[in-house]
Amino acid sequence: MSRYNQGTLIVSSSPHILDNINTTRIMLDVIIALVPAFIMSGVVFGPRAILLTITCVASCVVFEWAFEKVTKKENTITDLSAVVTGILLGFNLPSSLPYWMAVIGSFVAIVVVKQLFGGIGQNFANPAITARIVLMLSFATPMTTWPLPKQILEASDAVTGPTPLGIMNMGGNISELPSKIDMFLGFTGGCLGETSAIALLIGGLYLIGRKVIEPTIPVVYIGTVFIIALIAGQDPVFHVLAGGLMLGAFFMATDYATSPLTTKGKIVYAIGCGILTMIIRLFGALPEGVSFSILLMNILTPHIDNLSRRKIYGGGGKK
Amino acid sequence: MSIFSKHLPAIHVEHHKYTAECPTEKMPLPDKLYISMLQHIGAPCEPTVAVGDHVKVGQVIGDSEAFVSAPIHTGASGKVLSIEKTMSSVGIWDLIVTIAVDKKQEVLEDLSPPEVTDKESFLKAVRASGVVGLGGAAFPTHVKFNPKNPEEVDTLIINGAECEPYITSDYRTMLEDSELLVNGIKTTMKHLNLKKTIIAIEANKEPAIKKLSDMVKDEPGIEVFTLKSVYPQGAERVVIYETTGRVVPPGKLPADAGVLVSNVSTIVALQRYIETGMPLVSKKITVDGNAIKNPKNVEVLIGTPINELIGFCGGYRRVPKKIIMGGPMMGRAIYDDSIAIIKNNNAILAFDEEWATVPKETACINCGRCVKACPMMLMPTTIFKAYDKKDVEALKKLNVTLCMECGSCSYVCPAKKQLSFMNRLAKQLVAEGGKK
Repeated sequence: MSRYNQGTLIVSSSPHILDNINTTRIMLDVIIALVPAFIMSGVVFGPRAILLTITCVASCVVFEWAFEKVTKKENTITDLSAVVTGILLGFNLPSSLPYWMAVIGSFVAIVVVKQLFGGIGQNFANPAITARIVLMLSFATPMTTWPLPKQILEASDAVTGPTPLGIMNMGGNISELPSKIDMFLGFTGGCLGETSAIALLIGGLYLIGRKVIEPTIPVVYIGTVFIIALIAGQDPVFHVLAGGLMLGAFFMATDYATSPLTTKGKIVYAIGCGILTMIIRLFGALPEGVSFSILLMNILTPHIDNLSRRKIYGGGGKK
Repeated sequence: MSIFSKHLPAIHVEHHKYTAECPTEKMPLPDKLYISMLQHIGAPCEPTVAVGDHVKVGQVIGDSEAFVSAPIHTGASGKVLSIEKTMSSVGIWDLIVTIAVDKKQEVLEDLSPPEVTDKESFLKAVRASGVVGLGGAAFPTHVKFNPKNPEEVDTLIINGAECEPYITSDYRTMLEDSELLVNGIKTTMKHLNLKKTIIAIEANKEPAIKKLSDMVKDEPGIEVFTLKSVYPQGAERVVIYETTGRVVPPGKLPADAGVLVSNVSTIVALQRYIETGMPLVSKKITVDGNAIKNPKNVEVLIGTPINELIGFCGGYRRVPKKIIMGGPMMGRAIYDDSIAIIKNNNAILAFDEEWATVPKETACINCGRCVKACPMMLMPTTIFKAYDKKDVEALKKLNVTLCMECGSCSYVCPAKKQLSFMNRLAKQLVAEGGKK
């Protein structure tokens, strides 16, 4: 029989079989998980919400492609991470925001935060969150003008008003707050993708079921918010459902690149997110603190990682 | 030990045990045997025969004065054709004794069971049997059975986990040579004064668990332990932890934790020598992979060229692109299918192009899957970043030397990073950095 040798055989390091998971598959799962909230944004805020998210996705993908073209880097748009960033950025905007501002946000997210730091996995902060904060500081009024949910039966457009947390922050009348059911379903004012707790919860559970994320960060983050609200004498369920907590806890704080590796680290990180969120909500000038708290904890992540090295087998490590 | 749950981290790898129900077939004698003089960890053997000599079945053809070494025997009678330095499958220069097989199979006249009366004569017999760790490491068994702290060693673990996908040769051994296995355990326990033996078998080998449980139910001190069917249950430190809860500290040997671990085939080969006087000259090998025409289990003489073994299995069904000695998780890809079987081979796998292609690496997304998968609880992603910077100090702090190269981290990586390979390079770097 013929002999097979150097010329024909591949010699490589073990292992010789690999799991069929890849980055694209993970990102696709995240996109699937965001679909319920995407649909709800359309139901609650109308077609403009859908168009705004699509604008963000399209511009994120174009910026990623263009940056890599200009810097002669390998094209990575097929890994779908820019699509995820685009959806998350869109979800963090009020549905009435002008499209050109959304494009600027996409530029900040993809070019400034992601690509200038080395591309996927290298960014130190969550691109969508950082972009949202940049937009908020740059265009304060349009970024805090919240269209109220379309009255499904009436066709009145462009009614704006405060978010539930905004009402709280202004020391407003509790009776003006939307009902828990409306908050759970998403029929309240706010960023277009953050209002529907139920849709985000379905997506989050899908990610946990698919083992894309571990439950540690969302559970600890939401749990911390719940407990602090309880201690502060406020309605804990309101605080869990309000603002960007659901979106932040399941989809933003769990971003691989900017959250710690070990379970211990994840717990510390999520508690930090929860405490900062509640400090801002209770004492800050801003009504909502999810974005800032996640950004601050993103920055601390490398240090948390260093301090939370897990104990190796045998407990050794005295060297 | 509160940080440990009952189990060490593990991953799910598809079993692919297609040959489990294939009884071992004996391969006819090849025309030539190519017997390597380095088939174990330790000092290589010097040939004890010369070109032109006539050799008989069971004859020693290589031995060494060194303590950590094991003699090498021939499994066929014939004439020594040549003794030459060749590049071995491990990629190092190695003496190969080539024997032209005369197919008469004359057995050595004084081949008889050794006299085993006490520990000393037992260890002598272990050495003379040529047996080394057949699970893969090929560490000379007589050295392993002679630890510095014999009074502290109380448990023998028989490793029948066979957690590598595809391989079923240990499973076949447990079914086909169960008598030898149980007797071998009893011999070993008696002479090494061990109180307890745990036969550890993965749950996916139900028939072997049942058969051995039935056989040892009246044997004091011997029990069968069912391991979960996850990878890498058969790794030495893992199997010790899973069966006894004991931890072997980094840099220490199992004996330091009071246990000896031996593969099922090792014990069977040893007992065969003690009962019949026939040393280790053949191995059960699983031949499988999608490029093999008729995958099966084969008993083959050590020194048989791999391409002839594959020929016995119907040859190649498709053009092979990767041939692996051992399992797909830890086995070694070989560059030439004309090299020969050595003692610690337990499988030969051949894959076609589709399976053999190494996927393109993408950027690390920091997902932590490798960290979760590592049975030694290391942090492969952090290790590879430290290796990129050639940071020896950081690598030492990360305990990279504890890595046993099980491949779990590479297996689960969505970016297809060769983390296990990177760990291997990092270990090398630490070893070199330590010398300066």
